[in-house]
Amino acid sequence: MNIENLGFETINLGHGSGGELTRDLLDKIIFKTFSNPYLDQKHDGSIVKFEGEIAISTDSFVITPIFFKGGNIGELAIHGTVNDVAMCGAIPKYLSLAFIIEEGLKVSEFIKVVQSIKKAADESGVLIITGDTKVVERGKGDKIFINTTGFGEMHPKASISVHNIKEGDKILVNGFIAQHGMAIMSEREGLEFESTIESDSTNLNFLVKDLLDKFGEKIKLFRDPTRGGLGTVLHEIAGDISKGIALKEADIPLEKQVAAACEMLGLDPMYVANEGVFLVVVDSDISEEVLSLMKNHQKGTNAAIVGEITNDHPNKVVMESLIGGKRIVSPLVGEQLPRIC
Amino acid sequence: MKYLSEYRNLEATKLILDEIHKITTREWNIMEICGGQTHSLVKNGILELLPEKVRMIHGPGCPVCVTPLSLIDKAIELLEQGVIVCSFGDMIRVPGSKKSLLEAKALGGDLRILYSPIEAVSIAKENPDKEVVFFAVGFETTAPANALSVLHAEKEGIKNYSILASHVLVPPAMEAILDDKFCTIDAFLAAGHVCAIMGIQEYYPLVEKYKIPIVVTGFEPLDLVQGIYKAVKQLEEGKHLLENQYARIVKEHGNKSAIEVIQKVFEIGNREWRGIGEIPNSGYVVKQAYKNYDAEFKFKIKHIKVPENQQCIAGEILIGIKKPNECSEFGKTCKPANPLGAPMVSSEGACAAYYHFSTNLID
Repeated sequence: MNIENLGFETINLGHGSGGELTRDLLDKIIFKTFSNPYLDQKHDGSIVKFEGEIAISTDSFVITPIFFKGGNIGELAIHGTVNDVAMCGAIPKYLSLAFIIEEGLKVSEFIKVVQSIKKAADESGVLIITGDTKVVERGKGDKIFINTTGFGEMHPKASISVHNIKEGDKILVNGFIAQHGMAIMSEREGLEFESTIESDSTNLNFLVKDLLDKFGEKIKLFRDPTRGGLGTVLHEIAGDISKGIALKEADIPLEKQVAAACEMLGLDPMYVANEGVFLVVVDSDISEEVLSLMKNHQKGTNAAIVGEITNDHPNKVVMESLIGGKRIVSPLVGEQLPRIC
Repeated sequence: MKYLSEYRNLEATKLILDEIHKITTREWNIMEICGGQTHSLVKNGILELLPEKVRMIHGPGCPVCVTPLSLIDKAIELLEQGVIVCSFGDMIRVPGSKKSLLEAKALGGDLRILYSPIEAVSIAKENPDKEVVFFAVGFETTAPANALSVLHAEKEGIKNYSILASHVLVPPAMEAILDDKFCTIDAFLAAGHVCAIMGIQEYYPLVEKYKIPIVVTGFEPLDLVQGIYKAVKQLEEGKHLLENQYARIVKEHGNKSAIEVIQKVFEIGNREWRGIGEIPNSGYVVKQAYKNYDAEFKFKIKHIKVPENQQCIAGEILIGIKKPNECSEFGKTCKPANPLGAPMVSSEGACAAYYHFSTNLID
């Protein structure tokens, strides 16, 4: 897209006024990029048809920096919501897209974000059908905040509920944990360190669909451990079902460079954020088949069985350490912080 | 990378653990000095793999935990005066008398979380119209970098930088613990990283005076079980020697250049320890020649003095008289999200280690 033709290089308060400048921004960037029959009507909202039950999920994205190794805030805003809808056992179809822009944002940066949103939406098979753009004064935002709400049709075979989980069920994850959080950490002001760690931000809906197509109601639960990491989500699940979860540290997929970076910064990978990871709880008799399907899918090549549901230690997650000792995995309380020594 | 796999090796660790079981005939209390060691012991589940007769007592080596309440209030006062306060992440959730640094930040204070004090000097350079203070907390381990930041600022002619120093020293704390009438400690695992800076020479007099084994020990599971093995072996054989398990990092005379930097900027003085009180000659204070880089001298905060929270038994925890789960408030009124004292929020605090990792708490 040629920025010179737009007639403006930075976004100002006028672009959020609702007047001509807003229309300019929408026509030249938003409608042009996301054109589809719903959006092209340029109405206050869109009317869509669904068969049966639908899943809805919303999420706001406020990340700093907005560009990072392996992605940017735009694709994150799509993947995050697409994945949340998928975790319900649904096929994501439509998304709303709302921006809160801090005045002074370079149009070139905005376009980069928008193009990335378009690419991620296309790859995930979802349409942007309604949206909103607001501009706030400098200092009242952080470059750009994005909110997306996703709508998906429930998969006919899905029966996702924590209440279906029973003792002996296995827990699998689709790949390396802690990639996203460490990629962001390596670029944060004051903490920069050299690494080639990239965010794992990606869509998970197609792998989820394949799993539901094949295994249906034998899939008990999907969850994507984003903020708070794998440890916090597992702790929540244990609490929800009043059962215990047993893990082995040696089974958790952790890429070597990420492990080293966590070690260096004194962070526990179990609490570091993910954007392309999900866990699935399944009947133990199909766990190996599920693993094999995941490993053969592009989004699950490093999948692993990491633990199982137990009647021992209800509400607690207990992990066997590499040396055979045991620890509990408690939930993350605040943000993980850099240590003194 | 090899330290992440070799020193967490199941078979190697098990071999040594088996040896500890074989040689232990009596009850022994061994104190690991450093909070990093405490966390490794609990997080790796080592405590339950040891013989019941070998009881680990958790020591005072958590810099955040021993920092007195008054000092946190001083840092908050600086924030409220409009100073840019830079701190290691560990400090910011620790409660002061009224609020924590994190809460002061939420109310508008300019608090920066850093990994290195040198970055604070850069912030001072970039903000010449603002005062910048680094909250220089820590044992001997962080003293060289904090001292270096002062020398760096001096060299660059940066006058709007100073440090709020609260440096404490390990050997005087060990003496204070051994002199306590309730002390039951039979041996020490000395803190590996402190010794990497200072060397091991200052521990010989302690071994002699108190007839107690001291083993300088690292932080990985294999380091810890090896350190414990060496301590138990000495105890069982009736010996009291200074041994260095962490020789791959710790040299007899430590790191000469680091010590020189410390001695240039700091001198030894009395220090207040949270929950323990003042210990003579137990910390570093900024030398007269560098007074302009001492935030306590530069700003009017010396008068700030607040009593410690009476509900928190941090003092007894820090000298090993009580274990975290023996505190009546543990996990009840005192939790990481709403702590009574520093040991519950610091990443090296014994209470935090028990709260987050300990299987003792499984009903």
